Amino acid sequence: MIPAAFDYEVAESADHAIALLAEHGDDAKLLAGGHSLIPMMRYRLATPSVLVDVGRLDGLRYIRTGNGTVSIGALTRHSELEHSAELAGACPMLASVAALVGDPAVRHRGTLGGTLAHADPASDLPAAVLALGGTIVAQGPGGSREIAAADFFTGYFESVLAADEMITEVRVPAGGGGWNYQKFNRRAQDWAIVGVAVAGGGSGVSLVNMGSTPIRASGVEAAVAGGASAAEAAAVAADGLEPPDDLNADAEYRGHLARVLTERALNAAGVA
Amino acid sequence: MTVTEEAPGHVGSRRLRKEDPALLTGEAKFIDDLALPGAIWVGVVRSTEAHAHIVGIDGSAALAIDGVNEVLSGEDLAPLWGEGALPCAWPVTPDMKSPAHLPVARGTAKYVGDAVAVVLADSRYAAADGAAAVVVDYEPLPAVVEIEDAVADGAPLVHADLDSNECYTWGLWGDNAPAIDAAFAEAAHVVSERYLQQRLIPAPMEPRGCAAVPSPAGGELTLYSATQIPHILKVMTAVVLGIGENKLRVVAPSVGGGFGCKLNVYAEEILCSALAMQRGAPVRWTEGRAEAAVSTIQGRGQVQHIELAADADGKVTAVRVKLLADMGAYLQLVTPGVPLLGGFLYHGCYDIPNYMFECTSVFTNRTPTDAYRGAGRPEATYAVERAMDSLAVSVGVSPEEIRARNFIGADAFPYESAAGLIFDSGDYQAVLDKAVALADVDGRRAEQAQRRASGSSKRIGVGFSSYVEMCGLAPSRVLASLDYGAGGWEAATVRISPTCKVQVVTGSTPHGQGHETCWSMIVADQLGVDPDDVEVLHSDTAVSPTGLDTYGSRSLAVGGTAVYMATEKVIDKARAIAAHQLEASEDDLEFSGGVFRVRGTPDAEVPLAGIAFAAFTAHDLPDGMEPNLEAHVTYDPPNFTFPNGTHIAVVEVDTDTGNVDLVDYVAVDDCGVQINPLVVEGQVHGGILQGAAQALYEDAVYNSDGQLVSANLADYLVPSAAEAPRFRLDSHATPSPTNPMGVKGVGEAGTIAAAPAVINAVVDALRDLGVTDVDMPASPQTVWKAIADAQGGAS
Ligand SMILES: Cc1cc2nc3c(=O)[nH]c(=O)nc-3n(C[C@H](O)[C@H](O)[C@H](O)COP(=O)(O)OP(=O)(O)OC[C@H]3O[C@@H](n4cnc5c(N)ncnc54)[C@H](O)[C@@H]3O)c2cc1C
Repeated sequence: MIPAAFDYEVAESADHAIALLAEHGDDAKLLAGGHSLIPMMRYRLATPSVLVDVGRLDGLRYIRTGNGTVSIGALTRHSELEHSAELAGACPMLASVAALVGDPAVRHRGTLGGTLAHADPASDLPAAVLALGGTIVAQGPGGSREIAAADFFTGYFESVLAADEMITEVRVPAGGGGWNYQKFNRRAQDWAIVGVAVAGGGSGVSLVNMGSTPIRASGVEAAVAGGASAAEAAAVAADGLEPPDDLNADAEYRGHLARVLTERALNAAGVA
Repeated sequence: MTVTEEAPGHVGSRRLRKEDPALLTGEAKFIDDLALPGAIWVGVVRSTEAHAHIVGIDGSAALAIDGVNEVLSGEDLAPLWGEGALPCAWPVTPDMKSPAHLPVARGTAKYVGDAVAVVLADSRYAAADGAAAVVVDYEPLPAVVEIEDAVADGAPLVHADLDSNECYTWGLWGDNAPAIDAAFAEAAHVVSERYLQQRLIPAPMEPRGCAAVPSPAGGELTLYSATQIPHILKVMTAVVLGIGENKLRVVAPSVGGGFGCKLNVYAEEILCSALAMQRGAPVRWTEGRAEAAVSTIQGRGQVQHIELAADADGKVTAVRVKLLADMGAYLQLVTPGVPLLGGFLYHGCYDIPNYMFECTSVFTNRTPTDAYRGAGRPEATYAVERAMDSLAVSVGVSPEEIRARNFIGADAFPYESAAGLIFDSGDYQAVLDKAVALADVDGRRAEQAQRRASGSSKRIGVGFSSYVEMCGLAPSRVLASLDYGAGGWEAATVRISPTCKVQVVTGSTPHGQGHETCWSMIVADQLGVDPDDVEVLHSDTAVSPTGLDTYGSRSLAVGGTAVYMATEKVIDKARAIAAHQLEASEDDLEFSGGVFRVRGTPDAEVPLAGIAFAAFTAHDLPDGMEPNLEAHVTYDPPNFTFPNGTHIAVVEVDTDTGNVDLVDYVAVDDCGVQINPLVVEGQVHGGILQGAAQALYEDAVYNSDGQLVSANLADYLVPSAAEAPRFRLDSHATPSPTNPMGVKGVGEAGTIAAAPAVINAVVDALRDLGVTDVDMPASPQTVWKAIADAQGGAS
């Protein structure tokens, strides 16, 4: 439970962080809240030789609304999402999902950029951003680019983010219809065994921990769009998926949970 | 007690704990806080195989790391301890098999976590890097993982030099076998159940650690260890390593919980001690959390078969129990004895005339088991309380009615059980009645019926667990009859200083319980002083040379009683001095509120403070009396104590997901007289959560290769405060006649009671769906599958 040795650099700005990443190459990793990276380092599942600490970039901690969009700085802590009055008005779903991440200590450290970059299919906020149809802004040596959440996640702990890129901002549409998030876990602090996020009155549905990435449940979305009932739409939630098998749940049970939770989430989001 | 009616005193009050300010402000010093410049740090290379020949150990990569100085194999280290170094103090039968247990394995690794080599380094970091870099070449051998596989025909042998995996078979039935057979033959109802006690990982807040510090000049060694048992550890270390006891001191600094897992003599303690003596330098080791999952003992691990015979009214006439118990790969300090501690209690709190218990214990290629909170008694309570519910169904009465029909009556005490114990006191029916009222069982049942009728997927279940446990370990002669390797007494010294401050030295070793608070309250009341004027010293064999430490809910009933008796002795001496000063007869003196008074003579009085100073100056003491106020007592209890209670769990089970919510939890306990209800409640809360954890969350899962799959706290689900139910507690004290304060003990009660209450509630919620059993832990998936299986049987 002791990490391998590493060097530590403090980034003074996003540009500085990106320059440090470029300088140290593949051996470097950004350190934000540290609540995913440090546990992995302690288990020696990650052994970066340089940590570039972006945790002090307070300029990237903000929540702004305008033009129907909520823009959130990548270093915004989960607890800031949870308690922001602005977010509660503009995108209550994100605030309420943030409140279900881990425990208070985790929420005070973990960041929105960190949880997206970490790309854990069992995490809550990535699925929420996906259901909301959000956009991730990434800055690299050549400038910034916008990536649709739907295109961002590529596999277990993998995304389209390049090694020398940093997430600087996350954008989600403001307002927009009935929503709900169902998180099923055994202890309050745990990741979801299965989670279901419904946004836009059922037009955006995503699943947590049902595969190697957060998954857009397009079959459910199509069924809702076609006028199916919540029960009918939920029945296809796990179709074609290969959910993981672990100590909490085998694939069969995960499929069952996905259907039950999807129905509950759709109902709560106003789909009859 | 000395406390008089008009001065109610501190005992019984909810006094805040003395220990907490230092703990809460980080001032308390734990083993890893020790600053030991120049210490050699030990990193332990642990087997990644459940069973394998160690073909080669290559330390070259480790030695290339800066700060790593040596890599030592079991062969290299063997001269430090010879053969069979780690002690097992409980040979339960004369023919018990006790394989040689080396601190570092030679030749063969026998479980994942078995120490196979050691790295010596300049820092903890270098030790960790070094241990990770040692390459061990294993030749895998077939492993025995599950308990029942250990006794299957053709099972591979855990120990090739033994002819089977059976460690011992121990039975308790005397000449009763024919009567038991007859009871079963004549029974109107027979219940026959098989239950599994999964292995549990103790997971105290602080993992283990130790540091051995030699004094090369005099040849002395001080061993610091995060242990529950400095006194026992001292004797054992001295014997194992041939160190004179006069040269050895053992200190337990602040210890962050133990739950039994620090009631042991571990490889690392012997290793660090031996190396420190050899090198003439401090040698230390701090356990990592993931390391702890395999290197520290685990709890439970039993397959239980229980049968009840009952007449047409449900009166139980016989209980017959057969256990298979998992010892793991080796025997640790009291590993073989743990099932026996439950072996006397499989009749629960019921008056059952015929009793048979048999336990066969087996070796497996897994981490050794040993005492874990409750040690044998949670297992016993689980089996009998689950079986009583099955009997209630068979007879067609409620769980509370089947218990009422079988309880040992309040007028039956002292009660001699069929297993041969003398139960001290209790009123089990009164306790149950209180719990039923507090839990509003009728209201819950109405809710249950209404939810069922409406077809709700949220089912309500009400589960009972009535328990009695033996604690206050233990009368030394009884331990002798069980072939335990030590006594069960406890020692205390009480000293009053010239300025009338009180020093209590206890042989009991707290690691979170609150001894300092409670001992202070007891003594303060006896002497009429302020509890803050009482200091309690412990956990260092140089300060408290005599003691048998803390486990088995023994601290108060045995150690606290010793303190009480030593204080009485001090008062006796003070009385003699007071009589001398007041020129009165001792018989005419009364002592209360810290003042001796001559009865009937208003102004003739002397405060304890005056006597303390007089005893110190020794200018004018009765002829022949020694100076100073001080007394030492070693108390050997005449009997165990028998706390008891009824716990009721109310659960809501979501039949769509299998999720179990613990919505209410009522506990009515009889732990005898309570010294500090706040401390009692803390023990009960934690105990219940630990028992509920076995029922719902915790499981040391091994795969078929013998790998521990749930080796970290993300996969091994220790519940937190967020998972705790609403605890609603009450008590019904029947003072124990065994000791002068009437105390019984409460350290394990919650854990003993909770698991069956919770599982009985889950089964109660689902019984109308055809579910009759749910394995522990009742995870959502397990519950969902139990429902599906029960329903599938119909479709
Ligand atoms: C006990 C515990 C419980 C938890 N429970 C939950 C839970 O229930 N649900 C849940 O969703 N999560 C949970 N988490 C994870 C938590 O939310 C993490 O904080 C989050 O996933 C990662 O955010 P971070 O800021 O800590 O990232 P870090 O750990 O600092 O970094 C994670 C990864 O992202 C990279 N990274 C970080 N920031 C950026 C950036 N701006 N641009 C590019 N790359 C970046 C890092 O290099 C690293 O690879 C839990 C964590 C713990 C320790």
